[in-house]
Amino acid sequence: MESIGIIVAFWALAVTTVGAALGVLVSRNLLHAIFFLITSFLGMAGLFITLSADFIAAAQVLIYAGAISVLLVFAMMLTPLASRDNANSLYLAPGALAGLGLAAIVGFVAVDTPWAELAGSTLAERSFPDTVRTIGAQLIGRYVLAFELASVLLLFALIGAVVLVHDRAAERGAAAAAEEAGTGPREEAT
Amino acid sequence: MTTAPASPPRRPEAPPALATPMARQIREAPTLRGMLTRAPAPVKVAGALAGLLFFAANAAIGYLVIDGRLDGHWYDFRDLGVAVGELRVWLDDRGLGPWLSYWVTALIGAVGILSFVGGVLLIGTWIERRLLAKFQIRRGPNRVGPFGLLQPLADAIKLVQKEVLIPRGADRILFYLPPVLVFIPAMLAWGPVPWAPTMSYLDINVGLVYVIAISSLSVLAIFIAGWSSNNHYALLGAMRTVAMMISYEIPVSISLLSVALFTGSLKLSAIVGWQSDHTMWLGLIMPFALFTFFFSSTAEINRTPNDIAEAESEIVAGFHTEYSGMKAGLFLAVELGNALLIGALAATFFLGGYTFFGLEQWIPPYLILAVKISAVYFLFVWLRGTLPRFRLDQLMGYAWKFLIPLSIAFMGVSAVEASILARVDLPGLLLIVLVVNAALTVVFVRLWARVVGYEAPRDEVTMPALTTSVGGLRAAQRLRGGAS
Repeated sequence: MESIGIIVAFWALAVTTVGAALGVLVSRNLLHAIFFLITSFLGMAGLFITLSADFIAAAQVLIYAGAISVLLVFAMMLTPLASRDNANSLYLAPGALAGLGLAAIVGFVAVDTPWAELAGSTLAERSFPDTVRTIGAQLIGRYVLAFELASVLLLFALIGAVVLVHDRAAERGAAAAAEEAGTGPREEAT
Repeated sequence: MTTAPASPPRRPEAPPALATPMARQIREAPTLRGMLTRAPAPVKVAGALAGLLFFAANAAIGYLVIDGRLDGHWYDFRDLGVAVGELRVWLDDRGLGPWLSYWVTALIGAVGILSFVGGVLLIGTWIERRLLAKFQIRRGPNRVGPFGLLQPLADAIKLVQKEVLIPRGADRILFYLPPVLVFIPAMLAWGPVPWAPTMSYLDINVGLVYVIAISSLSVLAIFIAGWSSNNHYALLGAMRTVAMMISYEIPVSISLLSVALFTGSLKLSAIVGWQSDHTMWLGLIMPFALFTFFFSSTAEINRTPNDIAEAESEIVAGFHTEYSGMKAGLFLAVELGNALLIGALAATFFLGGYTFFGLEQWIPPYLILAVKISAVYFLFVWLRGTLPRFRLDQLMGYAWKFLIPLSIAFMGVSAVEASILARVDLPGLLLIVLVVNAALTVVFVRLWARVVGYEAPRDEVTMPALTTSVGGLRAAQRLRGGAS
């Protein structure tokens, strides 16, 4: 059924993705871990392409490999002490539990899906359908509630970040110091 | 000036001829005019014959084109995609399986794109240096080969000879990767660019998203380069690149989003097709989106006036400070290649792509696209020769306070207009939209500039806040004698 090329591509991409994900775990250098993570994201994008999900693949590269990784790099550069050490985490047990739970969910879906029935139907026509239009129509049609909730969540995150960064105490301290100095900038200049 | 004082204004006397070999070489350097006038008679006759032959060949080809004898045949040189398609059919008929035609056509497209970009990289450095020299009233490289044309080759040979150093304390593996990594997105993003109706290597449905996604990857290579060098200047350059990328990807994406809204497709050939159908450039309909794309792209590819990531007057050479030899050369080559890529994308999205109001019927469309790419590239060189560099905070503020709000506003405007266009079918509606958008651009920019723009410089001097709060000012007063 499948041509040899797609099988080779799947295995190469799968090995890349999983290997890079393992590299995230074992590398001691935090920056190396981030670049392993990016490699893993790119491998995932390749896997999406082998599934004919072109938009998801492009979005994966755009959002994960292009934006989230830059965010990670940015966060790492703002915390210089952490940048050279991917130290042991205190959250080993909760992390393991969360990973196990996730693996259980994915495994359940993988086992539960009747692959034999689906294999012929989706892969029979080897063409890239216009997935973007369908995804857009579904997002503002059937799944509009989830879409709006995600938007509101992101807006909250944005506002929350602004509130967190907006340090009122420091501002008051600076104002008090300026007052204590007796000469605000304006008075000094005149 | 003692001789002949009475003559009317005349050319100043030539300076006395120097006898050094270099002066003689400069005096005898070949110019186009000198080569034409001083050529021996047989060469002139041969040149005239060759010119006549050229015109005759062009007339013959023109006759073939007008007569329609090329349409749809594999030798239709106006659209090389037809030939590849025919080759594909022919290979499939041989019965060797679909993989053969797939691999062969993929290889042809890849070799075509790579050879085009490579060739342009070779000639492009010469063009850029000569143009910059013209802008700065110099001569530019003119010593190696005719008109200095072999200068890029000489540069490449020199760079290859040089030792590639690795600084002590550098992250060795990561230090090796970036010059190679930075090439990958620069080459991949050429894929979806349509050169002719069927001449497109990767005409995928999500071409626009693909282009944005691929071009967002180059920042990672640049960041790796800066971080692994173990150099403060390199790290500063990398930090600036990342900050700039975060800022300027948003206006690029938003401006391209309005393109998608108008054309109703993310496919690059469909975007060009829309502009061809409506005989209208999207850049004329949405001038602000074109400006945003162009300006933000200069920031993304590190070109003047936005090349703060490698500002040589501030941080040596930015992220590639520690790279030497051909590795530095690769970074410079990618910079040039990215400028051409932005030219191709700007031409495709905003300037009609391979079409030029019907001219693409007669002239090969890929030549039209090449001319448009060269025009945008010329604009880049012009900017580089003219404008000084922005300051880091100015550049960030420009993105966040000016480009992003206005881009969002114009995206709303284009959404409304696109829905009107989809529902109403009037012959001159697009022209009305054009005029409305031009007016809106002026109004919005003026209004918004009044809100966020810089005020006129004030007479009173403001003291830096840190100095007053930390106490430096008081110490200074005490030193001055306590009198305030």
